[in-house]
Amino acid sequence: MLQSLASGLMTGLVYALISVGLSLVYGLMDIVNFAHGEFLMLGMFTAFWCYNLLGIEPLLSWPIASAAIALVGILTYYLVVQRVIRGSLLAQIFATFGLALFLRNGAQALWSPDYRSASSIAKGNKLSFLGINLGWPEIVAGVGAAIAFTALYLFMKRTSYGAAIQATAEDREAAALMGINTNRVFAVGWGLAGACVGLAGALLMASYPAYPEAGVQFALIAYVAVALGGFGSVLGALVGGVLIGLVEVMAGSVVPEYKLVIVFSLYLLIVLVRPKGLLGAY
Amino acid sequence: MGKGVGLPGLGCRKIEAVFADSQAKAEVGLSEADRLISQEKVVALFGAYNSAVTASASQAAERAGIPFFNAESSSPSLIARGFKWFFRTTADDRNFAENQFQFLKEVQAKKGTSFTKVALLHENTLFGTDTAKYQTEFAPKYGYQIVTDVAYDAKSTNLDGEVQKVKSSGAELILPAGYVADATLTMQTLKKLEVTPSGLLAMNAGYIEADFVKALQKDAEAVLSRDVWSLDLAQQKPMINDINKLYQAKSAGKDLDGNSSRSFTGFLVLADALNRAGSTDPEAIRKALTQTDIPGNQLIMPWAGVHFDAQGQNKDAIGLIVQIQQSKFRIVWPPNLASAEVIWPFPKWAGR
Repeated sequence: MLQSLASGLMTGLVYALISVGLSLVYGLMDIVNFAHGEFLMLGMFTAFWCYNLLGIEPLLSWPIASAAIALVGILTYYLVVQRVIRGSLLAQIFATFGLALFLRNGAQALWSPDYRSASSIAKGNKLSFLGINLGWPEIVAGVGAAIAFTALYLFMKRTSYGAAIQATAEDREAAALMGINTNRVFAVGWGLAGACVGLAGALLMASYPAYPEAGVQFALIAYVAVALGGFGSVLGALVGGVLIGLVEVMAGSVVPEYKLVIVFSLYLLIVLVRPKGLLGAY
Repeated sequence: MGKGVGLPGLGCRKIEAVFADSQAKAEVGLSEADRLISQEKVVALFGAYNSAVTASASQAAERAGIPFFNAESSSPSLIARGFKWFFRTTADDRNFAENQFQFLKEVQAKKGTSFTKVALLHENTLFGTDTAKYQTEFAPKYGYQIVTDVAYDAKSTNLDGEVQKVKSSGAELILPAGYVADATLTMQTLKKLEVTPSGLLAMNAGYIEADFVKALQKDAEAVLSRDVWSLDLAQQKPMINDINKLYQAKSAGKDLDGNSSRSFTGFLVLADALNRAGSTDPEAIRKALTQTDIPGNQLIMPWAGVHFDAQGQNKDAIGLIVQIQQSKFRIVWPPNLASAEVIWPFPKWAGR
């Protein structure tokens, strides 16, 4: 039981880190980034190539992966999203969905569908206490996610740029009237989202293989975590992610065949009772 | 066949392979099969790997009256359908499940152990589910007791709960069935949660892939699996080494394994049938397939040959049990093909 809690918490923290970018972008501009899973996949591949070509330990390549995907996020904003922001909802959906397919198949064309594993010094080692066993890669991923989350939260709440982002999310026109360059805020939002998910990708490389479809399963959980926690809320992504991680692992130890059924049922229940999500503002 | 280029029976025309990716999804397999038949006008379909995909894609072929040749899917239900246009060279999971218990009986007798409690841990599509079904069928016949049957989603990112369930069931032997990502995750989780089975006997798929061994290194040591082929067969069939070299040249140095060897063999069997058909008419190809008569010594597989029965199944196919020893797959069963002594029971994680 304690083991499931610990493991679920670590898993949930990583889900939270993956989800926060999605929540941020939606809160800022009402756009769901359907390519979010692919950003994660690219983050994983960045970490893999750093390992494969430069010999960098996966758990330490996060600055590179984070920066790389932040760039991908910003480029996506300027090249794709900026053009559909005034378009119909359908256009926006198709734009990021199309990007997802492009990235996924591009990755397959460039790097083949083979599973690529990186070897971390943390792999295979574990920490045991109170009858709980946690793999070191898992611990580093969970703790890393928690630290990144805290940093993001502090940035959003305590810095003036964070305030600008929140202001733009609340009311775009009013923020513009206040002299905030909303265009740049959007780009920064996408960059932050990319940075978070790139970091998550690097941390995940110590435990999982990278392959073109790697983002899909995590992205699915991210959408649910964000919807459950509330679109636009950073804390909501944390709560949503951790909740899903806990429920998934705990349900997995009792009724593994139905663990996702339980996760999604919980989601359904929460959204029926509170459509905005647990901490949602929009 | 062999000398020269192209198929002599068809005026030396070359086979053109048109590829389609099913993404391991049954519905995509079906739509791709339909596209290949109606738009690309293929004369035969060759594939797939996942039994679930083969099951649905072959339906398109059966409807259209095009031969569907399967070299690697091991679910018995594929042949039980009684399709006219479906042919399969590999043996199926029902045979393999029985092989597993036959092996367990022999190895325990030899090593003087008597473990009887078995945990099944399998992915939940057609492959894993059917495997579990047949293992459940044969276990009591050989004196084994299934203490828990855990099904999981192959795309799971976390298997802690599932492995916990196996741990708390008190199982002595684990018989898993999964694809490469979840197999790797299973092993890592078993190690992390300090679950040391007395024996781990897998059902092929992920557990016999080169990537599995590469990712796990020493942690893959002593993993047993049903397999269909091994490089060790080269000791009895030297041509395997030559073919392996050809393969390595195209695969960035990877060795042939049970999956690639079956694909290779299957495709040549199909090519042989196309050659004998002497035409691209589907019925001619189908007839040629039913008349396939290839002796074992022309195959890199351990089979006695390729001869299809009335239902389209190659009745000469058999399975092997291999064990990962020093990162290589060694044959440990059947005794007449064994190339190494089996390591039993499964060694502890610490001290590997």
